[in-house]
Amino acid sequence: MPLPPDHFASAAEKGSSRPQPQSLTDLFVSFTLLALQGFGGVLAVVQRELVEKKRWLTREEFVEEWAVAQIMPGPNVVNLSLMIGHRYFGLRGAMAALAGMLTVPLMVVLMLALVYAQFAHHPGVAGALRGMGAVAAGLIAATGLKLMGALKHHPLGLPMCIALAVMCFSGIALMRLPLVYVLLGLGVTACTLTYRKLDR
Amino acid sequence: MNLSLQWSDWLALFGHFMVLSLLSVGGAITTAPDMHRYLVDRQHWLTDPQFNASVAIAQAAPGPNVLFVALMGWHVGLNAGGPLMGLFGVLVTMLGIMLPSTTLTYLAASWGHRNRNLRWVRAFKQGMAPVVIALLIATGWVLASASVTSLKDWPVGLLAGLAAVVVWRTRLHMLWLLGAGALLGWFGWV
Repeated sequence: MPLPPDHFASAAEKGSSRPQPQSLTDLFVSFTLLALQGFGGVLAVVQRELVEKKRWLTREEFVEEWAVAQIMPGPNVVNLSLMIGHRYFGLRGAMAALAGMLTVPLMVVLMLALVYAQFAHHPGVAGALRGMGAVAAGLIAATGLKLMGALKHHPLGLPMCIALAVMCFSGIALMRLPLVYVLLGLGVTACTLTYRKLDR
Repeated sequence: MNLSLQWSDWLALFGHFMVLSLLSVGGAITTAPDMHRYLVDRQHWLTDPQFNASVAIAQAAPGPNVLFVALMGWHVGLNAGGPLMGLFGVLVTMLGIMLPSTTLTYLAASWGHRNRNLRWVRAFKQGMAPVVIALLIATGWVLASASVTSLKDWPVGLLAGLAAVVVWRTRLHMLWLLGAGALLGWFGWV
């Protein structure tokens, strides 16, 4: 797919001295290294490496890209890498960044699964995984808890946000409804209510 | 666990994950409860321990959390015939979960930049916030309660709750917590 011409223009206008990935290989290797440093969340590493160290993106550009990556369905960090690759080398860049983010980590994860399979019946290993699973569950819940602060300035107001959140939690965690109904039902409601609160 | 999966079953798995991909606003992990409902409760293609191991191994490993999806495919494939089928399972679940969302993201990325001030774009972005946030907490709840099958399992629930509070309230690196969880589990305390 051809890139819209203005997509490159803003980066080019800011001067050729600006650091950017040299090649598709550079993109692939950079994202592979990023992914391999990210235990339990790659986002913090992406921000530190690409914004603070490599300076491919300013902080503002990073926040803009992150907002879109979050809106879109799919793993946020994977979406982000896709979009950053796309900035520099179009479709090929997007694919190189995506491949970097997934290929080597996938091999690592499969090797861990193989090791796990060898020792799955050892009571210690089963127990350790059980403990790590509980911690992992807590980490995911904590991500949600951390983000709750973002609701304080929500256009719908805190009480309405809490009502929507409680309904969503009950539907998924307590009543175990299929995700599609909860997401469509509550999502359409929440977006419509928000739309009416926003300025024209 | 020994399964015999037909092509139609693999196709159904692929299709289900493609739908989940489009619904995975907030990250693939928010679709984990539905994967549990589909793979464990409804189709019986995965056991509860395999489901939890998939999430736990992917969390313990470096890289994007979405790789737990690859491990689900791996375990379904193992149940259906061994390592080669496992790799095929990885292909099916990863392509299913990645293809729709990445295509959409790619198409929307440049468009979204130019139009992010439109009212309905902002309404979508902000309106989904309470739902997406609650979804993350619910996901943690579902994953933790999968290991709590009776009252005597209370230490697991307590550990998950403590981990959530510590990560929420402190800057302690999560590797310490995962390590602590592994040790507690190894010695059978949770």
